Amino acid sequence: MLNNFVMPDLYPAAPEIFLLLMSFLVLFVDLAFGATQRWMAAMLTAVTLMGCAAITLAGVDGQTVLTFSGMFVDDLLSDFLKLLTYLAVIMMLIYSRRYLADRGLDKGEFYVLVLYATLGMMVMISAANLLTMYLGLELMSLSLYGLVAIDRDSPRATEAAMKYFVLGALASGLLLYGMSMIYGATGSLEIGGVAQALYHEQADKSVLVFGLAFLVAGVAFKLGLVPFHMWIPDVYHGAPTAVTMFIGSAPKLAAFAMALRLLVYALMGLAVEWQKMLLIMAVLSIGLGNLAAIAQTNIKRMLAYSAISHMGYMALGMMSGLVGGELDPFTAVNAYSSALYYTVAYVMMSLGAFGMVLLLSRAGYEAENLEDFKGLNQRSPWFAAMMLIIMFSMAGIPFFVGFFAKFAVLLAAIKAGYTTVAVIAVMFSLIGAFYYLRVVKLMYFDAPVDAAPIKAGLDLRVLLSLNGLAVAAFGLFPDALMTVCTTALIRSL
Amino acid sequence: MEFKTILFYVFSTVTVVAALRVITARNPVHAALFLVLAFFNVAGLWMLLQAEFLALALIMVYVGAVMVLFLFVVMMLDINIERVRAGFWSNLPLGILVGGLLAAEMAAVLTGRYFGLANLPPHDLPANHSNTKELARVLYTDYAYPLEIASVILLVAIIVAVTLTLRRRKDTKTMQASAQIAVKAKDRMRLVKMASEVEESAPAAKQGEQA
Repeated sequence: MLNNFVMPDLYPAAPEIFLLLMSFLVLFVDLAFGATQRWMAAMLTAVTLMGCAAITLAGVDGQTVLTFSGMFVDDLLSDFLKLLTYLAVIMMLIYSRRYLADRGLDKGEFYVLVLYATLGMMVMISAANLLTMYLGLELMSLSLYGLVAIDRDSPRATEAAMKYFVLGALASGLLLYGMSMIYGATGSLEIGGVAQALYHEQADKSVLVFGLAFLVAGVAFKLGLVPFHMWIPDVYHGAPTAVTMFIGSAPKLAAFAMALRLLVYALMGLAVEWQKMLLIMAVLSIGLGNLAAIAQTNIKRMLAYSAISHMGYMALGMMSGLVGGELDPFTAVNAYSSALYYTVAYVMMSLGAFGMVLLLSRAGYEAENLEDFKGLNQRSPWFAAMMLIIMFSMAGIPFFVGFFAKFAVLLAAIKAGYTTVAVIAVMFSLIGAFYYLRVVKLMYFDAPVDAAPIKAGLDLRVLLSLNGLAVAAFGLFPDALMTVCTTALIRSL
Repeated sequence: MEFKTILFYVFSTVTVVAALRVITARNPVHAALFLVLAFFNVAGLWMLLQAEFLALALIMVYVGAVMVLFLFVVMMLDINIERVRAGFWSNLPLGILVGGLLAAEMAAVLTGRYFGLANLPPHDLPANHSNTKELARVLYTDYAYPLEIASVILLVAIIVAVTLTLRRRKDTKTMQASAQIAVKAKDRMRLVKMASEVEESAPAAKQGEQA
């Protein structure tokens, strides 16, 4: 009975296998030396991620390879997103090194959980089956719940973790229910199989749409789109800033991959339906995110609402692929690559913004209020300029990367005929510019409240400068990144 | 009406009633026991679907292990159910309205057409057909990758649980057997060389005491 079993090709999944094996090593090393040599776990984690990057880079060949009985896909898009994920995680580790050490959070468990969350993201990015997509999501989420609660003595972090856990479990349930309906209707768990069944119109439409509604709700929760956004402000606020930075960066890439693989690759046949759902959620997210951010005095909460609005803009790109029920490959690729471009740009800006919060924090002091940015220009003109670049870019002011990202998604929306929606989105981005510019005003025109000198390590300073300059540089040369995004998508469709 | 159909309705009715009692029972121990009943009847439904391995696994794992542990926890925690459920009755009308609407909408979309009795069970399998064998055949071959991810998820659950609950109190005294065995006489006892005591006159002795 087992004679027809062929050993799966493990090579495409080499980065995942390497990361898993190294995570065991980190566990053992932490057990043996964790009490005295805390740097070892951190160093091994960084080495692991760099090793993964090297393995992934060596495997880039532009071919789409399926393995593990068609459950795992290795294509150009997955390679690109995985490399960005490693980069975002390594940056997070460097940014947060001192913050964690000051608070005694740089335990081996932190690094192990970061590795497992990264593994979950990689599984999601490479998922070619609804089952692996769900399991990857669970692996990522479970590690993130643990990370949010890792500061056990902080009641705020515990509350945030509890909320995240309960709402996350609910969203997982919705997603799983939607998947089960789609499986029931199409008889396939494979993303390709679902697409085939839809193409041949074998499946029952009403069951499919029913399942789709749950699926979209689950995806929207992970992206943080209104009305599934409630967890974002509390979790961003309650979690230790290093963990907030982690949640606000790499998982967005994985969530994008999930949305793309589930909605576009599997359920393109239902695009007319899910585009409407995304449209409503995108407009609501852009509106609520930008309006609520104005009222915040805590910068972590402000960035949380800003994340909601940014994901709304990203969804504008996602929903512009299919125009008038006709699939035009050129328009579709343009729209999805604009969404990918937006996600990448957002991750870059988000890392920089939280990096600034970490820069100003020190032992026993969380620089998480807007007031802490007052007079930053007098304390450090260079980092005030970096924050200025990041805030301008987030607001979508020209010639930073955020401007071109917004420009690309709005162009895609207009091409798809959503001119009114694009106008509304621009109006709200003008309203949103207020709270980004308020930070700039506080930095340059107010007297400092907190006059303590900035005591950050050289690594953080260099990385933050590079991050800020990258936001500016990608704004001056937007085509390079856009070309990579488009190529990755075209070669993977 | 076939006998299996009657069984289906019996199992379903008991499941629904037991599930309702889980959230309405005043005593948390009763609620846990109703959950056991609900699991048991769902296992019966699986049996009707010819998934005997899943049915038995559900009874053994959930009813046998998980729920017993759950009962212990419920009994030890001594939860004040009245306080937890404060506001239950005042929120009930709204809850029933929202839940009822959801259920009605879902029923309107799906009705009996797609997932009704006509599709259950899909086909009769021969009596010697082994579910366990079928599952085992695919679990470690075609589904090896999801199985591995699931095992990693369990590992993460262990790590998170230990991270969040393991507290080493600083003031607890613990025995360290290896240190006790490795101890040497000179670690515990110090031999001091002293000049022998000589009986002297009284004032000199007094001075010595003061020094």
